[in-house]
Amino acid sequence: MDAAPPNRSPRTAPAAGSLVLDVRDLQTQFFTDAGIVRAVDGVSFSVSAGETLGIVGESGSGKSVTALSLMRLLDEPSRIVGGEIRFQGRDVLAMDAEELRKLRGEGIAMVFQDPMTSLNPVLRIARQLAETMQAHGRFTREQATSRAISLLGRMGITAPERAINSYPHQFSGGMRQRVMLAMGFSNEPALLIADEPTTALDVTIQAQILGLIAELNRDFGAAIILISHALGVIANVCQRVIVMYAGEVVEEGPTEQVLADPRHPYTWALINAVPRIDRHVPDTRRLVTIEGTPPDPLAMPSGCRFAPRCPFRIAQCDQHPALIEVAPGRKARCWVTQAGEPLPPPATARLAAGPPRAAQPSPAQDVTPPLLSVRGLVKHFALPREGFFGKGRYVHAVDGVDLDVMPGETVGLVGESGCGKSTFARLVARIHEPSAGSIRFAGHEIADASASAIRPLRRRMQMVFQDPYASLNPRMTVADILSEPIRFHGLTKTAGETRERVEELLTAVGLNPKMAIRYPHEFSGGQRQRISIARALALKPDFIIADEPISSLDVNIQAQIINLLIDLQEKFQLTYLFIAHDLAVVRHICDRIVVFYLGKVMEIAPAADLFTASLHPYTRYLISAVPIPDADAERRRTRLPLAGEPPSAVDPPSGCRFRTRCPIAQPICAEVTPPLATHRDGHLAACHFPGQF
Amino acid sequence: MLRYVLSRLGLAIVMALLSTLVIFLIANTVPGDPVLSQLGDLAASNKEFVAEWRAKWGLDLPLWQRYLIFLQQLAHGDLGISISSQRPVLQDIRDFAPATLELASIAFLLSIVVGIPLGILAAVRRDSWIDHTARLISLIGVSSPTFWLAFIMLAVFYGGLQIAPGPGRLDTIALPPHAVTGLYLIDSALAGDWDAFRDAGAHLILPSIVLAAATLGLITRTTRASMLESMQQDYVRVARAKGLREVRIVVGHVLPNALIPVVTLGGLAYANLLTGAVLTETIFSWPGLGRYTFRSAVSLDFPAIMGITLVVAMVYLLINLAIDISYALLDPRVVR
Ligand SMILES: Nc1ncnc2c1ncn2[C@@H]1O[C@H](COP(=O)(O)OP(=O)(O)O)[C@@H](O)[C@H]1O
Ligand code: SF4
Ligand code: SF4
Ligand SMILES: [Mg+2]
Repeated sequence: MDAAPPNRSPRTAPAAGSLVLDVRDLQTQFFTDAGIVRAVDGVSFSVSAGETLGIVGESGSGKSVTALSLMRLLDEPSRIVGGEIRFQGRDVLAMDAEELRKLRGEGIAMVFQDPMTSLNPVLRIARQLAETMQAHGRFTREQATSRAISLLGRMGITAPERAINSYPHQFSGGMRQRVMLAMGFSNEPALLIADEPTTALDVTIQAQILGLIAELNRDFGAAIILISHALGVIANVCQRVIVMYAGEVVEEGPTEQVLADPRHPYTWALINAVPRIDRHVPDTRRLVTIEGTPPDPLAMPSGCRFAPRCPFRIAQCDQHPALIEVAPGRKARCWVTQAGEPLPPPATARLAAGPPRAAQPSPAQDVTPPLLSVRGLVKHFALPREGFFGKGRYVHAVDGVDLDVMPGETVGLVGESGCGKSTFARLVARIHEPSAGSIRFAGHEIADASASAIRPLRRRMQMVFQDPYASLNPRMTVADILSEPIRFHGLTKTAGETRERVEELLTAVGLNPKMAIRYPHEFSGGQRQRISIARALALKPDFIIADEPISSLDVNIQAQIINLLIDLQEKFQLTYLFIAHDLAVVRHICDRIVVFYLGKVMEIAPAADLFTASLHPYTRYLISAVPIPDADAERRRTRLPLAGEPPSAVDPPSGCRFRTRCPIAQPICAEVTPPLATHRDGHLAACHFPGQF
Repeated sequence: MLRYVLSRLGLAIVMALLSTLVIFLIANTVPGDPVLSQLGDLAASNKEFVAEWRAKWGLDLPLWQRYLIFLQQLAHGDLGISISSQRPVLQDIRDFAPATLELASIAFLLSIVVGIPLGILAAVRRDSWIDHTARLISLIGVSSPTFWLAFIMLAVFYGGLQIAPGPGRLDTIALPPHAVTGLYLIDSALAGDWDAFRDAGAHLILPSIVLAAATLGLITRTTRASMLESMQQDYVRVARAKGLREVRIVVGHVLPNALIPVVTLGGLAYANLLTGAVLTETIFSWPGLGRYTFRSAVSLDFPAIMGITLVVAMVYLLINLAIDISYALLDPRVVR
């Protein structure tokens, strides 16, 4: 992969301008027991040969259903009830089964969101790749296999001859997505649809895959529809973008213009809700969000579907606006912008006039003792032995970590998945037992303390998990979920007191106290995460460990939860250990950031320092991999593509763990483990050549 | 793969040893005095006679010694002498086992050859008449009591229509083919005796249908459910998006995944057929292990019971081994 800015340069598109796909007034509906869900409601767009089109919108807005409709891959109970889909002039909706089969995989190919489930687990990669080519009769088995090998090589898979005989479970998520791309391009389709192809991947791997998609678009000349809920991803790859809301297209235009000057309030809100890694304004931590959720698909508002949440609403919004041209090449579905009114310029975080942070803790560690002090923390997980006589092997999940967290501080933990962030959090919360090392919390040693000795401290230290679905007991009402810890720790005396406390908690996290009688499944993802947060707050803790608390949520909901966390911190003087893979978010809310790699700390620095003057090569790479929702900025910045994936934590590299991927590694890096040394005030890095990359 | 098979084999051997111990202990601690049941009241009241009898069968030694002797004998293929038949237990089992093996295997083949395709069709044509028929067949199979089904079968096809032969492995006047395996179908084919082959085959039809019924129902339902579950998976949608033909998707992508749970069920069902045919064998006068077991049990014939239990345990262990190995063949994720 090269570092060239993705494909906005003119490319050798076959007969540029000729339409590959033309969708008119597409309507797809789900016939459910509760009623008809208009998942896609009158969507029109077109894609020219070799073009890259992005589709954004929050989950449930109809992006995936649109994509599936294009290839007629819908399952019961959904059906296309109206509209027209033309692929290279042919009417897709009129095709019979055999014509459709020929279209799929040859004319249009598709890459799906979850690479872990997209490949058949019991079939070899070779077979799955070759059959795609054989199915369309263009290659014999031998030809298909040799072409599969060269395609895998093209997709950046090392030793493709060997890889092709593997089974999917032997591959990481990133590699599987490369296989899916190889599959998609194997018949040189005129159009590739990629539905959230990088959502399940790490930022570094995401950057690799997006770069690859842009390159393939250039080399194969295939038009691409890239679906994503992340504006940064779209800005990175797509020339044109359509924004979907509640089953409709609400805005369409060239990516740069839409992101710089949105013409629909929903787009405007989306852009504002994302913290930007390249434009951080000190002392403004709250994000501009639009409250509320998308309309109930069973009861759509008759006027503008965004009206209930729209800050620019006018009287006319009772009527349903049409999608019409508001500027050359740009369309929007909004009465206000159609009348020529401008929306305020989106300036991330700048508009958010949150109160400046009161207690900015200084790194002067000698004044106040740290709330949490970790020294030499180690956790090794034993692997199952191979056979009876295999030798015991260990995953070095956390391998000697030192860290202090001051009261009132927000410390961020970043790094690729599998590098020990969650294990570290669970060690600190003593969900796992450390293999070695010391953990002092509020002056007490808890690394080897018994469960009963920890119990009083548990009250002060709580965890919030990534998956709000899995962490709430589905058979308990919210009231039960929240009152359980309160009663267990005897915080209240009477049932009435407990009830009051539950109501207080729900109000604190922005939920209606009347919802206490409901069960978790009656809430949306964002609301469930609020409930998890309320549960964590139930015992009035002073320290909260949040493990990817917003990763499974939509952009706008993410912003709401971030704001909630910030408010709660100010209200209750909380200290946070915040784990996330989204560096922009971490930068936005954290005072200090810790960079993890293969169980070790690579760098610790105040947030501002880390992003402006990082010392460790790995940190540089991580920052560079974050997509920026600004086409202009994306084009101007130089990208550092971090190749490969972290090596196995079973046999980590000797010396510096990063050396196998480090471009400036020297012989000494393999021999001597670089110590985590202070280079500036409060800025530590573990590298023999800090800042030289 | 080899390493996996070896480690499973090792485990099976350990389990086999353990099971000999368990079987020995159970057999020697069950209530019921064999003296009484074997000797009758008169002889049992004679103390000397009883002591002599106990010594003869080793019943007077301490438990652990008896276990060691038991193991030693086992190593020589000696399962002891049946108290009631006064013949080596191994020989008894050898005489009775082929009839059961033949019946159970035919029943098993019947249930997979019919059940799996039926389950596949039912899943692929969900809610069509095929699905409903399959549901009806498996419902009848699973829910009809064996004796009832056997009675109906005999009444209709043997008594009423007279198109099926009656009980037994062969016609009463026919001679069994020269014994090589003890399986009449194979022995008669080897001997080129096609009349005997037809006769043995015809006699197998009704009992194997009766025996297979429940298994067939179970396998059909499991195959259908497992197919439906696999058809929901993302990779099926991917396969469709690749432009594969429906038949290829079902046979090439869905089935290999769907068969994994069916293999476990099928293996265990086969073991059940081999060891649990008492009722069917009794009704069809089938001279198999089931009837031998029954006879030995009522007469508290310890050596015979131990021998049979041991055989049953080994059958289960072997089949489990076979399940484990086919699992590894079907699912690459099993072998690390
Ligand atoms: N199986 C289903 N049954 C009923 N409604 C569904 C089903 N799948 C999706 N929908 C509805 O279709 C709409 C669009 O969903 P989808 O295309 O998956 O959104 P996106 O891809 O933008 O997240 C949503 O309102 C969703 O609730
Ligand atoms: S039409 Fe009205 S309610 Fe809808 S987005 Fe525009 S201003 Fe907001
Ligand atoms: S120590 Fe060496 S290998 Fe490690 S990050 Fe620094 S330069 Fe690279
Ligand atoms: Mg989707």
